[in-house]
Amino acid sequence: MQKVTAKTLSGKAASLLNAGEVKYVLGWKKGEFDYDITPALFESAEELEKDFVWNDFSCANLSKYLIKYTRSLSGKILVFLKPCDTFSFNQLLTEHRIDRQKVYAVGVPCSGMADEKKIRENADGITAISETEEGYLVHTLYSDAPAFISKEEALLEKCLSCKGWAHIALDEQIEGEVFAPSADRFDQVKALENMTPDERYHFWQNELSRCIRCNACRDVCPACTCEKCVFDNPNSGVENKAAANSFEEKMFHIIRAFHVAGRCTDCGECSRVCPQKIPLHLLNRKFINDIDSFYGEYQAGLDEGSRAPLVDYDTGDLEPSQVFDWRDGQNA
Amino acid sequence: MQRIGVFVCWCGSNIAGTVDVHAVAEALKTEPGVVFSTDYQYMCSQAGQNIIKDAIRDYRLTGVVVCSCSPRMHEVTFRKTASQAGLNPYMVEIANIREQCSWVHKDVPTGTEKAIILGRAAVAKVNLNAPLTPGESLVIKRALVIGGGIAGIQTALDIADAGFPVDIVEKQPTIGGKMAQLDKTFPTLDCAACILTPKMVDAAQNENIRILSYSEVEKVGGFVGNFEVTIRKKARYVKEDICTGCGACVEKCPMKKVPNEFNLGMDNRRAVYIPFAQAVPKVATIDPNYCNMLKNGKCGLCARVCTAGAIDYTQKDELITEKYGAIVVATGYNPISLDKFDEFAYNQSKDVISSLEFERLTNAAGPTAGKLVRPSDGKHPHTIVFVQCVGSRCDACAEKGKEYCSKICCMYTAKHAMLTRDKYPDTEVYVFYIDVRTPGKNFDEFYRRAVEEYGVHYVKGMVGKVSPEGDTLKVQASDLISGKQLHIDADLVVLAAAIEPDASARPLATMLTASMDTNDFFTEAHPKLRPVESPTAGVFLSGACQGPKDIPETVSQAGAAASKVIGLLVKDKLTTNPCVAQSNELMCNGCSSCELVCPYGAITYIDKEFRMPDRSIQIRRVAQVNPAVCQGCGACTVACPSGAMDLNGFKSEQIIAEVDAICR
Repeated sequence: MQKVTAKTLSGKAASLLNAGEVKYVLGWKKGEFDYDITPALFESAEELEKDFVWNDFSCANLSKYLIKYTRSLSGKILVFLKPCDTFSFNQLLTEHRIDRQKVYAVGVPCSGMADEKKIRENADGITAISETEEGYLVHTLYSDAPAFISKEEALLEKCLSCKGWAHIALDEQIEGEVFAPSADRFDQVKALENMTPDERYHFWQNELSRCIRCNACRDVCPACTCEKCVFDNPNSGVENKAAANSFEEKMFHIIRAFHVAGRCTDCGECSRVCPQKIPLHLLNRKFINDIDSFYGEYQAGLDEGSRAPLVDYDTGDLEPSQVFDWRDGQNA
Repeated sequence: MQRIGVFVCWCGSNIAGTVDVHAVAEALKTEPGVVFSTDYQYMCSQAGQNIIKDAIRDYRLTGVVVCSCSPRMHEVTFRKTASQAGLNPYMVEIANIREQCSWVHKDVPTGTEKAIILGRAAVAKVNLNAPLTPGESLVIKRALVIGGGIAGIQTALDIADAGFPVDIVEKQPTIGGKMAQLDKTFPTLDCAACILTPKMVDAAQNENIRILSYSEVEKVGGFVGNFEVTIRKKARYVKEDICTGCGACVEKCPMKKVPNEFNLGMDNRRAVYIPFAQAVPKVATIDPNYCNMLKNGKCGLCARVCTAGAIDYTQKDELITEKYGAIVVATGYNPISLDKFDEFAYNQSKDVISSLEFERLTNAAGPTAGKLVRPSDGKHPHTIVFVQCVGSRCDACAEKGKEYCSKICCMYTAKHAMLTRDKYPDTEVYVFYIDVRTPGKNFDEFYRRAVEEYGVHYVKGMVGKVSPEGDTLKVQASDLISGKQLHIDADLVVLAAAIEPDASARPLATMLTASMDTNDFFTEAHPKLRPVESPTAGVFLSGACQGPKDIPETVSQAGAAASKVIGLLVKDKLTTNPCVAQSNELMCNGCSSCELVCPYGAITYIDKEFRMPDRSIQIRRVAQVNPAVCQGCGACTVACPSGAMDLNGFKSEQIIAEVDAICR
């Protein structure tokens, strides 16, 4: 359960809407199911009153929507950003993807989000989910008594190693406790690095062979903001699953990881939205870990306007040959 | 579909020796688009070029592939040929089957197979080539010379003579450089000051030359014909235009113990100083590290005695921004530090000196007024040992010293030895050498005079150890010819230190994007054919910044660099290379990655209106490449996450076609 209530947020938004400070509010509303909370644009206090949702399922990072809305809408847009979302927001500002003048960014303290997939793993036919202090009561078609799942058990992957930092670059911040990190986000990367190349290959083949090329990871990714995506090019021969057979297993996700290298803020949206439960964020974390060790620690989106190591040069930078030797030395 | 002609060159036996040129021509005939294929002994000759021209006409060729030497060699030649025959010159591709094929392979089958593959790649690329048209850019008719030694002065004088304004930037308070410190110059033994100082005065008086002394280049932007340079004019705390150089301030300055760098610290100067009597500009400079007034506000004597009122303690560094059409680098050299050469006891004994220090000791304007005495006790030295190649021609792996020959040491050591014997016939002079290298007009005669007429003892071999014992320096050396160990009690040991580029050269090269070798000497565009041009267009090289050089060589290179600059500045406009980056505005998302990696500052952003499919208007930030500034390095094309940047003439699809052709 979130420490800050939905009422606090919608109240704040409604008063700004009524005062004419903002024209739109980018938040969340209920989708098909209780666990399916989806991004939504609100234009009036009434709409907010009716549909606005803020709970443990308001996982969606809203920053990417600002590209579209700052272009198509005239008037200021209020957006709610969790601490981790602000990194994406900042990175997009650095890349000049958002018109900052049209945004009123409000920081929301987050108490950790729930992973619907973890909940659904143990419960079919969910009719409703109610939040309690310690976790969730899951009501299903097949049982009268709701099943209980604790908050820790259901915690979203990215929240396990929450960046835990304060909000950055906001117009306003709502006071409240911020979730504290628990795990090292590179633990799993290290486990993968310790595998033999064969083991690693099989691990990834097993994971990536499930890919159905729904492109949800690409669509949700705040670093994937090309005007035209290379994977949508019908001449590439790989624009859909039907056209290419082993492309998803061998190339697609790795190419995507390369495309966002140095710009990925590790927001974890790719894995969260993957219907096939592929741990895509591990590819990005491997890249982040490598960039950190080659060029010094760097967090994309931490400072607006910062120069990412991959588009920067100083005489202390490692030469490619050194990177190669260094990597060999590590593996030995 | 293109109509491509393939022309395979034998290059005499250079290519034909390891590549079956007929087979290559035959094999490439079947490649897509190829309508004509032939081979010839020397494609670059008049007759060879005529074959190309005739084929363009007879076969209505739209593309040409020449399988020959490196494009660095003859791409320009063949582009001109094509253009004379009415074909766009950028429809010519070179397959390098010499440097990258025949010269590296030993047997004909391998060489031939590779030549065919390289030709195939070039054909695949030409199939996707599009005609390109060079643009034009204006030429700013002003030159910048960085460094005010003999190289810089001579270059500036020659450019100014042709009627173009020149600025000399010199980091020291005076121009003159190393030559001003020398006593006499080989091989004619005329006094350095007598031939240099008139040139310094000429430079000062030339109305086309502006001397920015005590200044350094801070930032370089722009491109050939249109550089924008920011120069930091360091505060000298003396108004340059008012100071008459009378020296009253120097006389009265109470700070008397400042090591005099002009005499290599062998005597002292004041905190306010004029480096030497013939300094240009002849104005005083206050050394902020020693001046009491600047350090703690106590003194102000110089301001009181200056009748002109030129002293200004509040002066600040001044930044000057100026535009130039051409830049000449003349940053010169320095002797290396001898601190690491413990075997020669340079740090242990005052009587072990470097050759440049010897030069000051024998100079009439030096610390001893030209009297050769031991720095330790002021006594006349009776035995002098000269050691050559100190830090020169070292092993590649040696931690101290340089791999290269410093070139000037053999001659100046012969000069030192000869002059010593001439002035002090009671002095025994030994010179230890590895080789004596005296190529140059009247050089060998000069050295032989030292040996034959002046009785200098030249010993082939190296000095192993110099150990100070009491008043003498025990010199241990080997004589390689007699195979004996020598022990000499010397009064003075002179070390011919290797020379290295000035420390300011490396950061300057970065600013100019001019390339350097591993020793920090500037690289020339071609060691034989373009020796005074840097590979960066509009940047020229003069003097020892390019490699060790003596004065005659430096002056001739300075003149050559000047003539190249003049050749550039007489043009009103330059044609620009059309192989530049281009952004596909429909794909660009304005993220600035390209702008961040562009080393030339060629990329800017504009907000552009786009008409969308639904007829709405969208304003988007998109990248724009200034084709006059872009050098076509391609860094942006790889940095662009959207693939919106591409390089004309080297489009991604062309490169991929080449790779595909090779892998086929």
